[in-house]
Amino acid sequence: MTPTPTPQNGAAGRFGVELDRAPAPSATVLVRGARLLDPRHGLDRRADLLVREGRVAEIGDGLAAPGGAEVVDADGLQAFPAFVDPHVHLRTPGREDEEDLDSGTRAAAAGGFCAILAQPNTSPPVDSAPVLRSLREHARAEARIPIGFVGTITVGQRGEQLTEMADLSAAGAVAFTDDGLPVRSAGVMRQALQYQRLAGRPLALHEEDPSLSGEGVMHEGAVSALLGLAGIPSVSESTIVARDCALAAYEDGQIHVQHVSARETVEVIERARAAGTRVTSEATPHHLLLTDEAVRSLDTNLKMNPPLRAERDRQALIEGLRSGVIDCVATDHAPHAREEKEEPFELAPMGVTGLETAFAVLHTGLVLPGIIDLAMLVERMTAGGEPFGIPAPSLAPGSAADLCLVDLDAEWGVGEAGYESRSANCAFDGHGLTGRVRMTIAGGAVAYRERSFALGAVA
Amino acid sequence: MRRHLLSVDDLSREDIERILRRAESFAEVSGREIKKVPTLRGRTVINLFYEASTRTSSSFELAAKRLSADLVSVKSSGSAVEKGESLKDTVQTLSAYDPAAIVIRSPQAGAAALVARWTRASVINAGDGKHEHPTQALLDLYTLKRRAGSLEGLRVWIVGDVLHSRVARSNILAFTRMGCGVTVCGPPTLIPRGIESLGCEVRYTLDELGKADAVYALRMQRERMTGSFVPSLREYAAQYQIDCRRLGPSQLLMHPGPVNRGVELAAEVIDSPQALITEQVESGVVVRMAVLYELLAGGGAPSPVRAPETEAPQPA
Repeated sequence: MTPTPTPQNGAAGRFGVELDRAPAPSATVLVRGARLLDPRHGLDRRADLLVREGRVAEIGDGLAAPGGAEVVDADGLQAFPAFVDPHVHLRTPGREDEEDLDSGTRAAAAGGFCAILAQPNTSPPVDSAPVLRSLREHARAEARIPIGFVGTITVGQRGEQLTEMADLSAAGAVAFTDDGLPVRSAGVMRQALQYQRLAGRPLALHEEDPSLSGEGVMHEGAVSALLGLAGIPSVSESTIVARDCALAAYEDGQIHVQHVSARETVEVIERARAAGTRVTSEATPHHLLLTDEAVRSLDTNLKMNPPLRAERDRQALIEGLRSGVIDCVATDHAPHAREEKEEPFELAPMGVTGLETAFAVLHTGLVLPGIIDLAMLVERMTAGGEPFGIPAPSLAPGSAADLCLVDLDAEWGVGEAGYESRSANCAFDGHGLTGRVRMTIAGGAVAYRERSFALGAVA
Repeated sequence: MRRHLLSVDDLSREDIERILRRAESFAEVSGREIKKVPTLRGRTVINLFYEASTRTSSSFELAAKRLSADLVSVKSSGSAVEKGESLKDTVQTLSAYDPAAIVIRSPQAGAAALVARWTRASVINAGDGKHEHPTQALLDLYTLKRRAGSLEGLRVWIVGDVLHSRVARSNILAFTRMGCGVTVCGPPTLIPRGIESLGCEVRYTLDELGKADAVYALRMQRERMTGSFVPSLREYAAQYQIDCRRLGPSQLLMHPGPVNRGVELAAEVIDSPQALITEQVESGVVVRMAVLYELLAGGGAPSPVRAPETEAPQPA
């Protein structure tokens, strides 16, 4: 039996699942002279691209601007399909001081994202249809780019009782996750997988064994030994991923492993996929670029869960991204208030922001040194919705306009000009990066324009 | 030497040797009837202790007073910390008094380094979580050197709960920096993975303890004795207790205190002439005087003891 996602109420969104955003005027924009790169469609050439009333209308040379069109001189810029982030914490409801739907989607758009999935570990958590409906209504008033909302697997994320997943699904939940916490009990996880046949949405899993993670605050290894910090061993993640892959295979369920951090986990997923298990996965820019060596500084902006791991793990993640065992990039954007992060490392909360830096970090750290090529990065950054039935954005004529314009040569310092996010706990704060998003069109409307990027002439 | 003492890693071998020499000169002062020198007269030292401490806090207090500094001791209980004041706000408040040094003991790793970011004072780490306790390591070096003559080539075994011990971490770094060979030994559940990267060897039994010139027993905290770290106190003592059968007559014994008699150490070795435990406590004051002196009076300043024409130790 194949669980096919089918929204039960409301109009199915253009993605087949329902995402929400505030009303915005459909863009009519002529992007002139950008390099158009859409690896899925074999598109890689310098040309003009016309967006008319929110859809990609035409690609060609010397296109004429229709009346009222904004003309963007994109000479020297790249136009990519915009990115999709399956893992974002918008802190709403409950901690709007850290992020709200407006600031979070502004940060996403500034990073070139055209759609994000909001995690449900809010206060209260998104564990019932009324909470979800209220959030969606909120998003339809405030969100600058489309948001898909994820519901929790268990009530209150307590890992005991399944939420009303069918009701949540009918109310528009894109997926289910207890993110922030693992589903501790194998029995409850099995029931969630069984129930997936009814509720019909993927389970996105934060994988760790609390009995192995213990009081850990960083990766267990030489650096934790030196610092005297309790470690979270790699096997805390990989053993539970192995458990859940086995359960998903047994129940023919679909799971998505969130923020893969350990080499052993990549190996487990690779074996499970080879055996036909329906498991997808994501990795974050910070796990792809940083290791526990950086934690020697005890900078609380490097504290997150799962933790930054060892170089061997990082290399395995990169290899997984290359081979496709890791399907997509996710930021796990997790804003925290300044006073919470200005505490000793052990007391500070886990989580770092990353929406605004994701592309530039990976471009600087992986593409420029030749570790992966630009097309692959664009492919992996646009693939984040696919495990959830959200097709990757496309530059092909006829598609909804979801694209970003990027200056690959622009150099900038992270945090120097502040952040669009309401929080500043970025793992890459102070880093110098190369590559900057100048403009983002999401769901057919202009969602972001860099301040220094001049408004185009109107034809 | 840097402005702060946050980690043994901040100290070169030369820095350590200079501090130990300075401590020796202060030992002479401590032998006098009036034990004060005027070096830090008019300057303020703040002791900020977020954890219970007898030895470290009292020896820092004595060290500051013997250098004629004004001393303020702040303990977490009875202070605004109890009202929920953050570390940052507490430090900024205390910094408003323009102290020359803040001595900080905290249950969290990295607390001293954070404090150093928030104050203009010199910061001395008096223990940060399970991370480091650099002045303990310095006084241990001082004590062992006085008894053994030289540290170079000494074989030191550190025995016990290495996982939860800041003393172990600082001492591994300090002993290896001074040319000692360090072996850590304890139950496999209490030896952190990756500890070899600090430059020590790892053993899980005391079978080869005879190779040690000095045995450094760690305090076994009572809360670790139950639960899953060790099956029982009885088994721990049977495997790791240092007693007169295990400690050879030429081996020295150290312990940071307070001792659990009958757990990590048998009573007979605590009271034996090989034990340096009381000397360690005595060394605490002069070594902490030397650290305060190095940080506040400047490494290049003349010795307060040997250069009487400039800063002669005088009754204060």
